[in-house]
Amino acid sequence: MFSPASAVDSQEHVSITINGKETSVRAGLPLALALMEAGITPLRHSVVSGAPRSPLCLMGVCFECLVHVDDSRNVESCMIEVRQGMSVELANGPRPMESAP
Amino acid sequence: MSTIAKPVDTIVIGGGVVGLSIAYGLAREGERVRVLDEGDDAFRAARGNFGLVWVQGKGAGMPAYAKWSMAAARAWPAMAQELTGLTGIDLQLSQPGGLHLCLNDSEVDARIRTLGRLADNIGEDYRFEILDHTATKAMCPSIGREVVGASYMATDGHVSPLRLLRALAAANIALDTEICPNQCVDAISYRHGAFYVNVGAREHVAAKVVLAAGLGNRRLAPMVQLDAPVEPVRGQVLISERVAPFLSMPTASVRQTGDGGVQIGDSKEEVGFDNGTTIEQLSRMADRAVRSFPVLGGVNLVRTWGALRIMTRDGYPIYEQSRECPGAFVVTCHSGITLASQHAGPIVQWIRGGEPPEHIQNFKAGRFNV
Repeated sequence: MFSPASAVDSQEHVSITINGKETSVRAGLPLALALMEAGITPLRHSVVSGAPRSPLCLMGVCFECLVHVDDSRNVESCMIEVRQGMSVELANGPRPMESAP
Repeated sequence: MSTIAKPVDTIVIGGGVVGLSIAYGLAREGERVRVLDEGDDAFRAARGNFGLVWVQGKGAGMPAYAKWSMAAARAWPAMAQELTGLTGIDLQLSQPGGLHLCLNDSEVDARIRTLGRLADNIGEDYRFEILDHTATKAMCPSIGREVVGASYMATDGHVSPLRLLRALAAANIALDTEICPNQCVDAISYRHGAFYVNVGAREHVAAKVVLAAGLGNRRLAPMVQLDAPVEPVRGQVLISERVAPFLSMPTASVRQTGDGGVQIGDSKEEVGFDNGTTIEQLSRMADRAVRSFPVLGGVNLVRTWGALRIMTRDGYPIYEQSRECPGAFVVTCHSGITLASQHAGPIVQWIRGGEPPEHIQNFKAGRFNV
């Protein structure tokens, strides 16, 4: 569905995990682009309507590309670069809110 | 050369919640209405609003304002139902009661004083409760240990201000109101019982004109021999990512919207026409919100903004018809959301020549010139 523009073509790759599955992605890419290249479509579902969502603005404004990265929930994947060993979990529903005791 | 637009019954200047509520009420009565909306470079209070439908604490210095707000809150469910029926837009109105959380004993004392004075002035109709930590937690389990108590009022609630704005626009359009964007009014004149409103080379004519232009009313009111001494008071707002439902009712400074986002805002600053944000206020508000609801500590924020309230010196509205130019009205207030039901109902009846609503003789601008 998405294909890379030749101007940003890179031969170097890093390995990340997506929902526990090891995946090789091009080094230097924003995570959102790497996930698009890896064919993750849709990336998530709206927590309001349940409608499918994919990255839209790719510049940190629309919040459509949220994923969990390592220990951080709901990170904008367009705003961070892929890194060797990065662990990505696709977001599933709104952040749970357990009340303090 | 000027072009003259088709005459209408009433021109409403201002396309925010106040102007559209009045235009909607007039159109519902069968009037031909034209709304002149300034543009996206205007300071639009209606688009930065917090969304409370709120009674508690209002009118401490003027019981008529408390009564006016109470009647507005009571009339809200019918108005929401009517707008939803007409437009299909769910306003996310919810009136489960509202809390004003207190983080120390002197805040509790201040609530007791303010609400006690209101109850003394208004009578048994004014029902509030002061809750201790345990009672507050029973009502709202997500509060933190630092919350020593709260005031509660059953009439309070909240609504989505943006859905309200959209529904009002859609309802107006359905009733054939013309909503004209990019209309910054240059002049209004009154000749032979009609109002001529000039916007650049274009002239609008109507039998009545309603000034509902928020902070713009200050400049417009003298054109029809009225006075609207309003000043901007900035409020800053924080918006979180959408989270699972955790807050059963709105508080005065933190509410969870119908879509799950948390809205935080309680700042008041007199900084002129500056709708920016400051780290100082945002961090103070975030700190208080996390102390009130520790579960917010790990939540991401996604937006912040500043918006300008429209405030008179005493904080109360101005509702007045011009003596010299009958048919010209000014409507200005800080609480355009809470009061929307009053504006679409009793205020519209008054503008159409009916008796002035019971409380509005208190809301004339002359009170500032004593």
